[in-house]
Amino acid sequence: MPTATRQLDELIGREYKHGFFTTLETDTVPRGLSEEVIRMISARKNEPEFMLEWRLKAYRYWLTKSEPGWANIHHPAIDYQDISYYSAPKSEKGGPRSLSEIDPELLRTYEKLGVPLNEQKLLAGVAVDAVFDSVSVATTFKEKLAELGIIFCPFSEAVQKHPELVKEYLGSVVPYTDNFFATLNSAVFSDGSFCYIPPGVRCPMELSTYFRINAKNTGQFERTLIIADKDAYVSYLEGCTAPMRDENQLHAAVVELIALEGAQIKYATVQNWYPGDKEGHGGIYNFVTKRGDCRGANSHISWTQVETGSAITWKYPSVVLRGDNSVGEFYSVALTNHYQQADTGTKMTHIGRNTRSTVLSKGISAGHGQNTYRGQIKVLSGAANARNYTQCDSLLLGDRCGAHTMPYIEVKNSSAKVEHEASTSRIGEDQLFYCTQRGIAPEDAVSMIVSGFCKAVFQNLPMEFAVEAQKLLGVSLEGSTG
Amino acid sequence: MLSVKNLHAGINDKEILRGIDLEVRAGEVHAIMGPNGSGKSTLAQLLAGREGYQVSAGEVRFMEHDLLAMAPEERAREGVFLAFQYPVEIPGVSNALFLKTAFNSMRKHRGLPEFDAMDFLQLVRDKMKLLGMDDKLLPRAVNEGFSGGEKKRNEILQMAVLEPRLAILDETDSGLDIDALKLVADGVNGMRNAERAIVLVTHYQRLLDFIVPDVVHVLSQGRIVKSGGAELARELEQHGYGAFEDRDALTKVA
Repeated sequence: MPTATRQLDELIGREYKHGFFTTLETDTVPRGLSEEVIRMISARKNEPEFMLEWRLKAYRYWLTKSEPGWANIHHPAIDYQDISYYSAPKSEKGGPRSLSEIDPELLRTYEKLGVPLNEQKLLAGVAVDAVFDSVSVATTFKEKLAELGIIFCPFSEAVQKHPELVKEYLGSVVPYTDNFFATLNSAVFSDGSFCYIPPGVRCPMELSTYFRINAKNTGQFERTLIIADKDAYVSYLEGCTAPMRDENQLHAAVVELIALEGAQIKYATVQNWYPGDKEGHGGIYNFVTKRGDCRGANSHISWTQVETGSAITWKYPSVVLRGDNSVGEFYSVALTNHYQQADTGTKMTHIGRNTRSTVLSKGISAGHGQNTYRGQIKVLSGAANARNYTQCDSLLLGDRCGAHTMPYIEVKNSSAKVEHEASTSRIGEDQLFYCTQRGIAPEDAVSMIVSGFCKAVFQNLPMEFAVEAQKLLGVSLEGSTG
Repeated sequence: MLSVKNLHAGINDKEILRGIDLEVRAGEVHAIMGPNGSGKSTLAQLLAGREGYQVSAGEVRFMEHDLLAMAPEERAREGVFLAFQYPVEIPGVSNALFLKTAFNSMRKHRGLPEFDAMDFLQLVRDKMKLLGMDDKLLPRAVNEGFSGGEKKRNEILQMAVLEPRLAILDETDSGLDIDALKLVADGVNGMRNAERAIVLVTHYQRLLDFIVPDVVHVLSQGRIVKSGGAELARELEQHGYGAFEDRDALTKVA
């Protein structure tokens, strides 16, 4: 390790010098949104004509729309003309140069999570060059995948190298007309991940944005597209379990998953963007559209999310069960502390016959946090023998937070079976006293009780992700027993 | 070890304990008996650090500590253990994890290295064997779906693992059939030693057939109205608590 640290220090030292020069070369687009800005973004990325057309169509459509008002969230109006829609990586733009420039509170959190120093620097965007190691890892990784015909690359690269795939699948699950935020994303998206698994291939490793994100700050408007061809399998991890700090106020990402016949996609997210401070100042507004399309028969898509960050979370990872016998799953833990607000859930749309869906949602509210589960189960007339099982549980810590459950069920086929169970409980003084009487510190007791509450969801995460998600819950809950 | 002097305490302005005096030395087993509502459980919970009680007078010393000034986890780490009358369920948290967390927080407090999962499991299995318990309870969630007897025995297991200096057992005998009662009593007897004090809070005399106390106290209306040897429990069995609430009867028994 000492050698690695020294190397890293050298790298950082180098970046410092280079950083100065790259600052001069940084691309920034003036604040505000217009056709001109979109043309500029597209030109900078050297995009083919079809991409520009698509962005412009989205932009023109966006102009006719207004923000949706149905979610149980409250925030000051967003000034869309006060945002810069394209900016080069933060570090090149003069982000923090050393750890001493980073919020000590954030560093303390890193330490608690046991994130090694190298990673702390990386994550705080101190030195992109320090990612050197990761980049090379990503490269070897890529070669291995390429042997199997798997494409895994930044979205912008896919646009250049695989335009036919992008053209065929982009917007085929979340069209640019889908909703206000998805439309905005379609017009201005900066980058994201692209993944294609060829027929019959089982991706041998968990694909993760981890390396790539660190290699290049993807910014506010990510766009991810994953296609699993016939009988293919992929497990995808989004984000990183250590807290990623981003000063951007508004995030509007889009994720599209396509599973063809017999294919399976597992998508797991641990989201812990900056939640704002204890008084509710600052923090990310996260308006995300995630949807999977079980396009072929016997296909299978599952979403697992652990949401602990952001000031506002507006997110409904959904599955369209188009193919016969297809399966959709949604496992979620959403935690809100201090003044965080989360309105999250899922939509399961049953179209094919014998389609099945499972929804398991665990909401935890502490401090002044507000947590809403919003779910829609829709069974169309052709979906004979469709089945859904939904369970939403809410856990309250203290008496100033709130939990809300809003299930919508729409069934048009009489052979369908839809079940919904919901519960709300409070961490009782009894439970807490029982733990402390055994010598367990109150903070540890709360985090243990909460982990127990979330166990059924964590079981769906890959092992190391689950462990870190648990730690993260502990950190996010800090101060909630006071 | 434990010294309670003139303790007055209550809840919501209602006085429940009205001047308790109690001296418990290392190596002793005390039984506190009394009818429902006499304040037995209040005393047990107050000593363990449950919030919500107001202490209006008196003091409690434990070893060299002012017990009432300590948080519940501090008391526990110093060696105060309460076997709960109603053990609490914690869904999703395995018994093994719960116990390991408790055990290690005590080790840490004493400046000892923490046990890893393997070593700890070995220790618990050994204790369970001694108590004649099935280790199937270990992976199950804490007290969730346990029978009444299993819950009480789980409390005894925790006590055996945590090895407290002062163990307070709050109505551990209630709701147990005779076989379960014997097992629990064996567990407690196995822990009697010269360094440890045990306080049994109970309504019935029958537990004391199996765990013979050194001292018996009769609690009535928030006061200890009589103290004596193990034979006092038998007198209680014959005359009932009524005898102690009636002053004349009290003199008769005395």
